[in-house]
Amino acid sequence: MLEPFLFFVFAVFALAGAVGMLVSRSPVASALWMVQTMLAIACLYLTLNASFIGVVQILVYAGAIMVLFLFVIMLLNLEEAPSLKGFSFLRAGAFVGGVAVLSLLLTAVAGAADLLPETSDTMGPTGGTLPPTSVEELGVALLTRHAFTLEIVGALLLAATIGAVLLAKKRFV
Amino acid sequence: MDLTWYLSLSAVLFTIGVLGVLLRRNVIVVFLSIELMLNAVNLTLVAFSQAFGDVDGQILVFFVMSVAAAEAAVGLAIVIALFRNKLTVNVDEMRLFRG
Repeated sequence: MLEPFLFFVFAVFALAGAVGMLVSRSPVASALWMVQTMLAIACLYLTLNASFIGVVQILVYAGAIMVLFLFVIMLLNLEEAPSLKGFSFLRAGAFVGGVAVLSLLLTAVAGAADLLPETSDTMGPTGGTLPPTSVEELGVALLTRHAFTLEIVGALLLAATIGAVLLAKKRFV
Repeated sequence: MDLTWYLSLSAVLFTIGVLGVLLRRNVIVVFLSIELMLNAVNLTLVAFSQAFGDVDGQILVFFVMSVAAAEAAVGLAIVIALFRNKLTVNVDEMRLFRG
């Protein structure tokens, strides 16, 4: 009975972080709310028995990417944004668009509910029959079936690093 | 815990990300919203991967994370270069192609 409870706790944390990111006026506050969402999603991965992905989520997202964001925000020395109160056609349009996207996604989930695998209420989605994913299993899949994709991702990361250094250099743009 | 709960949470998080891109004018917050959308998709992938007992979904999450890291690095470098020239991070004031 513990797992549904944990799911709702972490889901509330993730949603609170996301809404806080959306409405806070200072970009630093937005980034810190986002860190909360990342950590809550990492805990959700743990409840899903995907422990390695959860740890990687904390290391890469909450660690590396969010620190990069915070560094850039501190570098730029920004002023506070105006608050989101008041009516404008852009905001009304954004609200309508958000409702449309949400209803589309939830309709898809509800429509596919019959096709999803059977799960029990007390175990995870694995139903207790599948063991938690091991690092070994992931590593074997990554380095055998997906080895070529891994090489491409390595080249992409190298290109991104060089491109970021070039773009951030003075007198480039 | 039913798989549909994870999928619904992911849908709500994705929608908040979409709203962030549409509502906020600060380009850094727009970036954060894009990261939130990528995270929501990752949650869907991991939930499906565990439900079907197929490890390939988690491999895809690795690649999504790598692409997100590369995108954040290049995107933030572009933000720094733009801020140096225009002294703004407001997306409404960045109109390089509109004259």
